Amino acid sequence: MADKVLMKGNEAIAEAAIMAGCRFYFGYPITPQTEVAAYMAKRMPKIGGTFLQAESEIAAINMCIGVASTGKRVMTSSSSPGISLKEEGISYMAGCDLPALIVNVERGGPGLGGIQPSQSDYFQATRGGGHGDYHLFVVAPASVQEMVSLTAHAFNVAEKYRVPAMLLADGTLGQMMEPVSIEGIVVEDHDKSWALTGTDCKRKHNIINSLSLLPEELEQWNLERYKRYEKIEENEPMWEEYMMDDADVCVVAFGIASRVSRNAIKAARAQGIKVGMIRPITLWPFPKKPLAAAADKVKSFVTVELNMGQMVEDVELATRCKKPVLMANRVGGCIPTPEQVLAQIVEANKLGGAQ
Amino acid sequence: MGEIVFQKPKSLCDVPLHYCPGCTHGIVHRLVAEAIDELGIEGKTIGVASVGCSVFTYNYFECDMVQAAHGRAPAVATGVKRSDPSKIVFTYQGDGDLASIGTAETVHSAARNENITIIFINNAIYGMTGGQMAPTSLPGQVTQTSPYGRDVNTVGYPVRICEMLSQLEGPTYLERVAVNNVKNVKAAKKAIKKAFQNQVEGKGFSLIEVVSTCPTNWGKTPEKAMEWLEENMLPYYPLGVYKDKTAAKEDK
Repeated sequence: MADKVLMKGNEAIAEAAIMAGCRFYFGYPITPQTEVAAYMAKRMPKIGGTFLQAESEIAAINMCIGVASTGKRVMTSSSSPGISLKEEGISYMAGCDLPALIVNVERGGPGLGGIQPSQSDYFQATRGGGHGDYHLFVVAPASVQEMVSLTAHAFNVAEKYRVPAMLLADGTLGQMMEPVSIEGIVVEDHDKSWALTGTDCKRKHNIINSLSLLPEELEQWNLERYKRYEKIEENEPMWEEYMMDDADVCVVAFGIASRVSRNAIKAARAQGIKVGMIRPITLWPFPKKPLAAAADKVKSFVTVELNMGQMVEDVELATRCKKPVLMANRVGGCIPTPEQVLAQIVEANKLGGAQ
Repeated sequence: MGEIVFQKPKSLCDVPLHYCPGCTHGIVHRLVAEAIDELGIEGKTIGVASVGCSVFTYNYFECDMVQAAHGRAPAVATGVKRSDPSKIVFTYQGDGDLASIGTAETVHSAARNENITIIFINNAIYGMTGGQMAPTSLPGQVTQTSPYGRDVNTVGYPVRICEMLSQLEGPTYLERVAVNNVKNVKAAKKAIKKAFQNQVEGKGFSLIEVVSTCPTNWGKTPEKAMEWLEENMLPYYPLGVYKDKTAAKEDK
């Protein structure tokens, strides 16, 4: 059995990134993710890596672009307002087909918002976030252990498809401590012939660029990118099913909301309500198939979110609105209680009649 | 067989440049390429293009190139250089890019004495977008967005980058040059080569500001543009070395 250590979520992300071969980190201070930068500041100089506190979030993401252009693993982390600042650079990364990992330990918004946990950047993360047509590969851990495994996985997927990846967590996961094993991380090796390494006067120059003034050419670039997105949608959705075998009601929740939901589901089962959960682990690609399948079996859905209702739209799309979708939510840094979720499960169980 | 006495530098791609007639970008491109050739670093140089007329430099320099977002070239260059310090990394930026939207990236890469080379084209106007007021447009200068002349009471004064950066402890070498006559072109070449040489020797941040013309958006012939530069730009932007940490050591 692997040895476990007690780690904060934010620190676990940083250590996992290092174990996944990331030797470059650029960031700017913001609560509640500061431990990521602090950990990198301590560790990177000891292992020949680079930690640099940038002058702004904008500079940090552009430093990431510089490293990513050379084909090496690089990451930055921030929280909601800081991610908004990075979005210009993230759009350029997507347009330049550069792999990198961006960590968003979300806090309440909009604007400066608060410093307490939130999931209100779901739209921003899953719809690209910056200008132009693009997606990020988005993973949403629900435990400190998953912060480790998904950090490593996100680097591999980003390089395989040449897309930026985002780890979408929240202030609770970032701050909480759990026993964790940082072992068995696989670093995949993908083609880097596109990288800027100097021509050595032996090959034509490589160009990393997102600009074309020829509409047909720019269209082709977009179409080629979307072919890769199709493959990601086909190969990379991840989800977990919990007590779904006989479920009449399906809870859909990710991250910290899924842990609250688990308690509510147990309480509902104790009352005789057949309820289960589909927990999306990748938010883009969204696990559409298991939700579409569930829509033919259950009588209703309940989404649990720390926002005003964002993932609920993806659930309605994936299920083609075949069954009613209720929601239990809190915002502003508040977290729904198991009792609040249970109340919605009870309501959802009254809908749709017998199967 | 005749001896070749003049030819295109190896570090310039054999493609037509898109610049307007009389624009000084072509001269500066050549000087940068000559410096890279003479130092024998073309195989390990990585360039960072900016946004503006110089955006297509990635098609013109025969070295690996990355195109940065508006103003962000020094941050991108920082990433490239930190990734592999054995590479020679330069940015090529205009005044809107470097002195307006990218001011923070310029100042902080200089403050860190980042071991990169910055070529800064100051032609007192936004060229690519059709002649808007730049951070370096002169008081009274008529542009598309200052149609009655730059009014310093409402939009403030032009920014002198070399003077500003020279107040920082960080940067190694700051010089302002021009390419309006043969003598100045030669001086510009010397400064640009030194800016690359500094990086090869690990000395740190070098920025060469090149006072340039934009005949199209100034609404002047190339010849009249050069005259306007001499009469108006050079008095506001005096040529010379603004900081040189290497000179202090050489003098000893």
